[in-house]
Amino acid sequence: MAIDIYKINPEFRDIMPKEIIDLEENATWAQNQSKPRGIKELPETKEILEEHSLCAGCPEAAALRYVLSALPKPEETIIVNSTGCTSLMFPHIALHTVHSLFGNQNAVASGIKRVLDWRFPDTEKDVVVLAGDGATVDIGLDYTLQSFFRQENITTICFDNEVYANTGGQESGMTPKGQVFKMAPTGKKFEKVKMWELAKTSGCHYSINMTASAPKAVAKAVREAILIAREIGPTYLNIYTPCILEIGLSANEGLGEMKDQDKDRFASYKYISPEAEEFLKKCKAEGKL
Amino acid sequence: MSTIKDMTKTHNWSGQKLVTADHMLFDAPREKHFMTGSEVLKEAVKRCTVDASVSYPITPQSEAAHLIGELWAEGYVGTYFRGENEFGVMSEVAGCAMAGARTITTTSGPGTLRAMENFPQWSGTRIPCQLVLMARGINSPLTIQPDNLEVTFMLETGCQIWYAENVQELFDMSIAAFVVAEKPDVHVPIVTVCDGFFVSHTRESVMLPADDIALFPYEPYKSPLPPIDSETPPGRFLRDPFVMKSNYISYATHASWQFEVRSAVERSRPYAKHFLNGLVHVTGDADAEIAFVTCGTASNQAKEAQRDLAKQGVKSKVIKLRTIRPFPTEELLAELDGVKHIFIPEFNVVGWLEKEVKEALYKKHDAEIVGGPRVAGGMSLPSEAILKEVFEHINVEGA
Repeated sequence: MAIDIYKINPEFRDIMPKEIIDLEENATWAQNQSKPRGIKELPETKEILEEHSLCAGCPEAAALRYVLSALPKPEETIIVNSTGCTSLMFPHIALHTVHSLFGNQNAVASGIKRVLDWRFPDTEKDVVVLAGDGATVDIGLDYTLQSFFRQENITTICFDNEVYANTGGQESGMTPKGQVFKMAPTGKKFEKVKMWELAKTSGCHYSINMTASAPKAVAKAVREAILIAREIGPTYLNIYTPCILEIGLSANEGLGEMKDQDKDRFASYKYISPEAEEFLKKCKAEGKL
Repeated sequence: MSTIKDMTKTHNWSGQKLVTADHMLFDAPREKHFMTGSEVLKEAVKRCTVDASVSYPITPQSEAAHLIGELWAEGYVGTYFRGENEFGVMSEVAGCAMAGARTITTTSGPGTLRAMENFPQWSGTRIPCQLVLMARGINSPLTIQPDNLEVTFMLETGCQIWYAENVQELFDMSIAAFVVAEKPDVHVPIVTVCDGFFVSHTRESVMLPADDIALFPYEPYKSPLPPIDSETPPGRFLRDPFVMKSNYISYATHASWQFEVRSAVERSRPYAKHFLNGLVHVTGDADAEIAFVTCGTASNQAKEAQRDLAKQGVKSKVIKLRTIRPFPTEELLAELDGVKHIFIPEFNVVGWLEKEVKEALYKKHDAEIVGGPRVAGGMSLPSEAILKEVFEHINVEGA
């Protein structure tokens, strides 16, 4: 059923905006594909994201495109969002998305996932949380970690820009020590929270810290994380998407900043539980990766 | 534990025969049982084909919450788990209901306030979930005793609010609550309130239909908003998401949505009237000049006071409000014809019901309104206290 909801009623076709028709005709849905979806299709197909309203050059916008291009089965995917810059992009996503409150995203996602498993026992429905570092690590930390403890079958993606960007540049738990931001006028007094390690110790089967500098790497992580969450348990991706505005960079400097941080605060961290590693091998053999 | 695949056109996944709410509440033969409020809520949920419940312990609702868990283990409830705290639980309930589940949870006192941000989110999302609120008052200082102060914080959340007086009413109301909340033209959350301990922990005789029948399941595709399940068009996809802009369209959208939530609560009136046998229940002398306007346990105490007054030759009546949202203004006014003195006994220090009644009657009725007597923090509200309040305000024979 799910893919049918993107088919346009012929009676209304002549009044449909072009992007909606494109979505039906030229988007990549898993059901129509023999191979896994991925970023390689971005230049030629209709993305399931419409033009975004973020700042020019915002790396978060690029990262979101990589994430959406790599969803294993977008037509059966629900994305749960929180408040922040990411919530500006959410109405542009062509899937069922939820914005509920600030910080409760993993709780809402837990409820949705459990009920979808109950209502559709024969259909794999993926629930992906996508929120910023304030939502994931500060105000929502309890709900993030508790969903890991409970072994919820959801993927949590944190777009870590190390700051409360949408409210104008205040220190967050993910801000590096010493950084001067609003509400930290003399510099942040404590270390950046190692959320990817917390995710591991809290029960995630897959935890990654990375930047969004390499689209293919992001897409691979997203795909693996969602497949593992579907079958085994919670997964976590911490992806650096710098707020170029708040750290004083120009629109064309986001990529360079991410590349620099590939060697520093976001030096690659990857944890896979033995069970998940075994499962990924199986996925690879079956051509799902 | 069950699977939804076991559901047929005539029976739910636990094998109960599916019946209409009218049959369940009015026609099905009933037998007498002796139960607490917590136990009777389990019996109600058992007969409601409930998809999902999320729980968290807090006195005095813990027993009700864990008994719903037993129903899950017995195969009556689809999915169930313990959440991390009430804020998390109410968000999990939101997720369950958004995904198309008939969902119930319970809380009390401080848990209500911890979860508060969720309640207007529930109504704004137009989910028809049910919260059974077993009132206990709020801190500080720490209290776990009967008191209903938390209800005042719920009044403007955009949820329907019903108030059960006793164990029997809790059973009937919590079944009807799902049915009314799920009407497509209502479709807002419902809070079924009862007083903690007085109802949750008190064993009373109660008439129940057999447990081999249950309500027809919730139909999420009749929802005014598409369920979040990837099965319903339209996939939302906006080039210019107006709610994110600071302009008059976005302001108007927000305002009209908020009005619509309140209108939906208003549209519940005829359904509530039908299933609750009226929005107010009256006992005592129809032509009395003294009226007690009450809800919950205070109604029971006022009825005792009414009987004591009658023994002294003083006529009075008790007008029990069964719904607080929507507020039964017309029904109340009709029952107040000829009344000169209104007393509002309450189990809280702020007198939220007094404020509600005064607002409803402003320039519509000229009776003297006395907010009292009021008790709180676990005090009882004996008939003597109510009589004292009456005699302090009115010179009547026998005083």
